Amino acid sequence: MSAAWIAIRLTAELAALSTASLLLAGTPLAWALARSRSRWKPLFASLVALPLVLPPSVLGFYLLLAMGPHGPIGALTQGLGLGRLPFTFAGLVVGSVLYSMPFVVQPVQQAFESIPERLLEAAATLRATALDRFFTIALPLARPGFVTACVLGFAHTVGEFGVVLMIGGNIPGETRVLSVAIYDHVEAGELPEAHMLAAGMVVFALGVLCALYAINRPARESAEQAR
Amino acid sequence: MIDIRLRLQRQAFLLDVTLALPAQGVTALVGPSGCGKTSVLRAIAGLDRAAGRVALAGETWQDDATGRFVPTHRRPLGYVIQEAALFPHLDVQANLRYGQRRSNGESGRVRLDAVIDLLGITALLPRRPATLSGGERQRVAIARALATGPRLLLMDEPLAALDGARKAEILPYLERLHRELALPIVYVTHAMDEVARLADHLVLMREGRVEEAGPLHALLARTDLSPSREDDAAVVLDARVIEHDMRHGLTRIGQGASSLWVGASRAAPGQPVRARVLARDVSVTRQPPAETSILNIVPVMLESAIVDQATALLSLRVPDAQAGPSAHGWTLLARITSRSFESLHLQPGDALHAQIKGVALM
Repeated sequence: MSAAWIAIRLTAELAALSTASLLLAGTPLAWALARSRSRWKPLFASLVALPLVLPPSVLGFYLLLAMGPHGPIGALTQGLGLGRLPFTFAGLVVGSVLYSMPFVVQPVQQAFESIPERLLEAAATLRATALDRFFTIALPLARPGFVTACVLGFAHTVGEFGVVLMIGGNIPGETRVLSVAIYDHVEAGELPEAHMLAAGMVVFALGVLCALYAINRPARESAEQAR
Repeated sequence: MIDIRLRLQRQAFLLDVTLALPAQGVTALVGPSGCGKTSVLRAIAGLDRAAGRVALAGETWQDDATGRFVPTHRRPLGYVIQEAALFPHLDVQANLRYGQRRSNGESGRVRLDAVIDLLGITALLPRRPATLSGGERQRVAIARALATGPRLLLMDEPLAALDGARKAEILPYLERLHRELALPIVYVTHAMDEVARLADHLVLMREGRVEEAGPLHALLARTDLSPSREDDAAVVLDARVIEHDMRHGLTRIGQGASSLWVGASRAAPGQPVRARVLARDVSVTRQPPAETSILNIVPVMLESAIVDQATALLSLRVPDAQAGPSAHGWTLLARITSRSFESLHLQPGDALHAQIKGVALM
């Protein structure tokens, strides 16, 4: 397999795994943020949003320290016999999850927040427990938010560069994802190869966004009618 | 008996109510907006937590003395609010099934097809809530609540969001509900015409407190309570159909020895009906009027009067000769000018004749 295809496959795997992890971890977090009336809510919301404003290299730098032999995450993974995370695929997944967090949590949180309280209360008067209400009312009604979250989470992970470079380096088949491969080609003066991958990314991003808007449009309208 | 003692402090607003509601019939909770009607209903449902006690026929839902608080989803009640609150991602059928499935084995008193039939929504079953009219949505919401087989139905202004025509579409269904199901209903509203049509009992609320509670006809006939001060002050009369006068499009209704002519009713002789008489449609004379166009002239006894600057509100008892003076008979309200009140020298105990200009069948 050519180096380009290895990089593409690696990127797709990283994005898929990160998005799946984010949906699992981010959905309860989004629900908690959407329902919380705690005075600490702004702090947690800010922590989630932090990767939006922080340079990726800052996030990568601290992650590198935390995952290193003397950092808390490094101590934990070594204690569990998992070895060290920096310069591994697993380390990239951890980094991507944190880096893409706001792109998954925020759309889901907004979708949860837009569900009228009276629908959840109606479900309660119809004998549904809190967990039951979450799965049968909140999740289905938040569907547009989940579609947005999946697409943005995936696409944003595909496009990450700074975090990868800081904690992943440039190991073919392990941490050499597309964005890094393009950078390499440019550095080496291989412009045709860089063009191929870069143009591919543009087409991919455009296609993903088109699909997103097409899928979410009718769902959003029907949700508004219900409101 | 539904035993309710609730206390709730919210900023400047204090809710403090003690109520013993009858375990059957429709109890209307009435009062100006912001008086705490909805808060009472939400606390009964367990949606908001007030301090106190809620118990229904021996089953305690909340009792702060023992620390008991049954969560909403385990209270056998139905709850219908102004905006229907149907689940937009489910069709009507699935909306109905939602509560029914989860309440299986709770009582089994109401069968789904019977409920669908009662509210006339068979044709709507495959449709989505977004495609229904406001009135249809409200009927589905009521059916959905009934499908759980509740032991208490709570309704919070179920008709307030509907225009007159839609209201008229739903009211007959609510009356059927009332007639055909032995289900106590607590009905929050500020519309006295709905109260006159549906309620058996009345709870008047004001600024977080209960002004008075009791049987509807007794409370509406009292001159010292707030409904009598409204422009549409009226009494309701429960009666039976006596006879029809088809030629003139009239029906005679009565109770005991008293009777009134009303616009033709479709009810058969002997059937119970309810009529509403507005205080402003009643006037009084000392002598029986002769050769008058007014159909309904009833001998009455003036019980009490409240006189303000311009008007006097009279409470008039219709004596029931057959049942004896102590039996419960009709009471009418009459609003006349204070000038007439003075010129007639009216005194409590006076025998008068009430001329009733209009009687509306409910």
